[in-house]
Formats: sequence, C-alpha cells, structure tokens
Amino acid sequence: MSYPADFKYTKEHEWIKADGATATIGITSYAQESLGDIVFVDLPKPGSEITAGKTFGSVESVKAVSDLYAPASGTVAEVNGELATAPEKINKDAHGSWMVKIKLKNPDELKSLLSPADYEKFVSEEGGH
Amino acid sequence: MVDFNGWDMPVEYSGIIAEHMAVRAGVGVFDVSHMGDIQLAGPEALAAVQHISMNDASRLAIGQAQYSALLYPKGTFVDDVIVHRLGEEEYLLVINAGTREKDFTWVRDNTRQFDCRVENLSDDFTQIAVQGPMGVNVLQKLTDADLASVKFYWVTRGTVCGLKNTLIARTGYTGEDGFEIYIPSDEPTSARVWNEVLDAGREFAAIPCGLGARNTLRLEAKLPLYGHEISDTINVWEAGLDRFCKMDKQDFIGHESLARAKASPMVRTLIGLEMIDRGIARDGYKVLDSSGKEIGYVTSGSYAPFLKKNIALAYVPPELSAVGSELQVEIRGQGVKAKIVPAPFYKKPKKS
Repeated sequence: MSYPADFKYTKEHEWIKADGATATIGITSYAQESLGDIVFVDLPKPGSEITAGKTFGSVESVKAVSDLYAPASGTVAEVNGELATAPEKINKDAHGSWMVKIKLKNPDELKSLLSPADYEKFVSEEGGH
Repeated sequence: MVDFNGWDMPVEYSGIIAEHMAVRAGVGVFDVSHMGDIQLAGPEALAAVQHISMNDASRLAIGQAQYSALLYPKGTFVDDVIVHRLGEEEYLLVINAGTREKDFTWVRDNTRQFDCRVENLSDDFTQIAVQGPMGVNVLQKLTDADLASVKFYWVTRGTVCGLKNTLIARTGYTGEDGFEIYIPSDEPTSARVWNEVLDAGREFAAIPCGLGARNTLRLEAKLPLYGHEISDTINVWEAGLDRFCKMDKQDFIGHESLARAKASPMVRTLIGLEMIDRGIARDGYKVLDSSGKEIGYVTSGSYAPFLKKNIALAYVPPELSAVGSELQVEIRGQGVKAKIVPAPFYKKPKKS
C-alpha cells in the first residue's frame, strides 16, 4: 500500500493534507480495510470546532463503530455530503474520499504528525500488513 | 478472526455485505462447527426430549426436525435448539457454541430418570452450512441423496463427498433455503469437504461467509441469538416464541412458570425497529419514547445489507409496542427517531 506523499498521518489512522491555512481530512486505506464495509459516517456541521486529538465524529462499518480523531484543530469549513448517501466510497478510495475541510487553528500541529514512511512503518508493526 | 465463545472464527472473508448478498441471491458457505450436538437415544428418548424441550417432539416423524428451546423451571431460556428425530428412538439436539457445556450438563442432569443415553457429540462433527436459493444445486453435485425430496426442516442421510451415511439437514440460520451437513471432524476430512463444497459452488458464485454475515442474515429474518433476544432472564412469551411452545403437551421443565406468566401482564415484548433518522441502532443501545424517557433496550441492531436499512430488535413494554409507533434509540447520547415495524424484516420468496 502506498500512502500519499503530501499527506500526514495519525496513529488513529486519519490523514490530513494541508493547503496553507486550510486542511482536508480523511481516513487511511488501512483504516477502511480494518473496518470492512462502511455504511455510515457521522461528521460535524460546518462552523463547528474540532480539537487535535479529540473525537470529531464517527465512521461505522456493518460490524463496528469507530471514532474519528482530529489530526489538527480548527473550524469545519466544508463537509463531504456524498458520504451521507454513499459511505462505501471510502472503501473504494480512502485517500481520495475527504471527510471534512477545516480552517487550521495552528498549522504547526501538523509537524508532530507521522510522515508517510513513519505511518507505513507503524501500520506494518500494528497489523502485519 | 475473533474469539467467538472460545472459538477462533472469521468475521468475514471478502466482506460482510458481499457475503450477505451471496446468500440471499445464490449461495454462501459457513463453517458452523462451533455449534454443539447432543444425542439422546434409547427406549425413553422421546420422553426425555419432551421433558426438557418446549416444542412437541412427538409430532416428529423420523427424519423431521423442529425449532425449540430448553427452559429453566422459571420459563426462561437455557438455550434454543433444533431437535432432529434421526431414528425410532434417536434424537439429535443441535445447540449453540457458547452454551455447549452448559446445555450438555443440563440435558444429562435433567434426563437421568429416563431410559436414554445422552452423549455429547459436539467434537465429533464438523458442520458446514450451504445457504441460499442455490444451496440445493451446489450440494446436489456432491451427494447421491435426492435433495429435492427433502423438505425444509427435514433431514436425510447420503454419501457426501464420498463420505457414506452423512447427515444432511435442510436447516439453517439465514432465513433462506439451505442445508447443513455433519461430517467427521478430523482436519483432513473437514478441509477436503470444505474445499469441495466451495469448488462445487464456484459456478453459482458461492463464497465463504463469516460471523458478520451470519449475524446480519439472521437479524433480517428475526432469528433469535442467545444472550440477545433470548437468555436466562427472558421468558418464552416475551421473546415471542409462542408458536414453538406447546403448553398442551405433557409437562415440561418451565411449563408451570409459563402458565403463571401467561396469566399475568407481560412486562416486555420483542419488537422490530427501523431507523427513521440517520443512525444505526446497535446491541445494548437504549430505546426511548418520544419524550426521551428510557423504556427499553436494543437486543440486536445493525445495518441490514439486503434491506438497505438500519434495523434492530428491542424489548419494550407491551403497551408501547404497536407497529407504526415512533420511538427513539439513544445513539452517542442523542435520541434518534425510529419506528416499530413488523418482524421478521425479511422473508424468503416463495418458490414457484
């Protein structure tokens, strides 16, 4: 599995792509594979605040509910409405299925996140993938 | 792979939704060897079964099976069970994995007064379920038994994958037509038959199915799961299993309590729920009335792959159980609207 070079990653299997003052967030391919068929996504409304390390929503597969943890703090600017009716898109293309776009409160927070190489290493140690 | 009552079992092979749909549309194959098998044989085998089982086994012809339950004296469940009459004086009870030891001890201890041998054959059998409308087509390729002549909830014996005298039952836990075969449990035989079943099923797009699909399939069909819809604190009337409980047959364990319970108001009843607003009701979630007051709980809930809805079974007070009523399920601290719907949620299409 290759993890996009321009993303940063968390140990909770989220990815974040910064673009100046805004960032896009989703979950990794490893996450969607562990979850199985995704059938429901619960995301915050535009305008809400999310805080790095805290839950900001949840993603559900047939068998399990999984919290989403914010990779960085900020204000939700946009939510991917497609995922309300077609959550399975995340299974098909996790890195291409963004969940929320936020206005970053403190872009420096991304410095402490995992690089693609570090994330790949973390995943291979965790799951033997 | 997960631990299911001490058994290392797959939740899914290729994906729960694909596996679920394979069973509804064609055929899926399950390794259900974790289930237990208790044989009762002897001159008083029928009397023994009648004593511990709530359904009427005297109605069973040789080769016929019925759904039933073993009850505690207070009318609650030891386990649900399929009772098969295999011979003049021979019965096979197929029981849940999680209750194997408890059930065997219960059966043995409560039938000592009958001239009947009770044997735990659970480890002797590998049990494979071939489920779905095309299950019969797959299994027919592997056996000389005439499967078309075996009606639903009947059994036969035949050579299966070269194994003589194999028990073949037209039973299952999916709400579809299908079969369960009982073969010797040694690994080489089990692996060989498993692979032959999948090979035979290839032309029908058969795939192996795990616990995840097993659960979503039985939920759509409102088949109870021990520890959820039935347990040692729930009685037969609450669980809605009246039609499998023959109160007018001879006395059985639990009869007296059930008669008393029938004459008293019911405290809770099992209902089917369908989510109206976005959210999935899951096992253990609270059920609330429209004012937000807690009135019950979800016994089993999930996204239903065939129905493409979020469904659940739940216990609520009888006065709040009318079909069409709007209730709420508490999901992550919020009440989410749901309505009571008739269950089973899914019934297999009648064969034309």
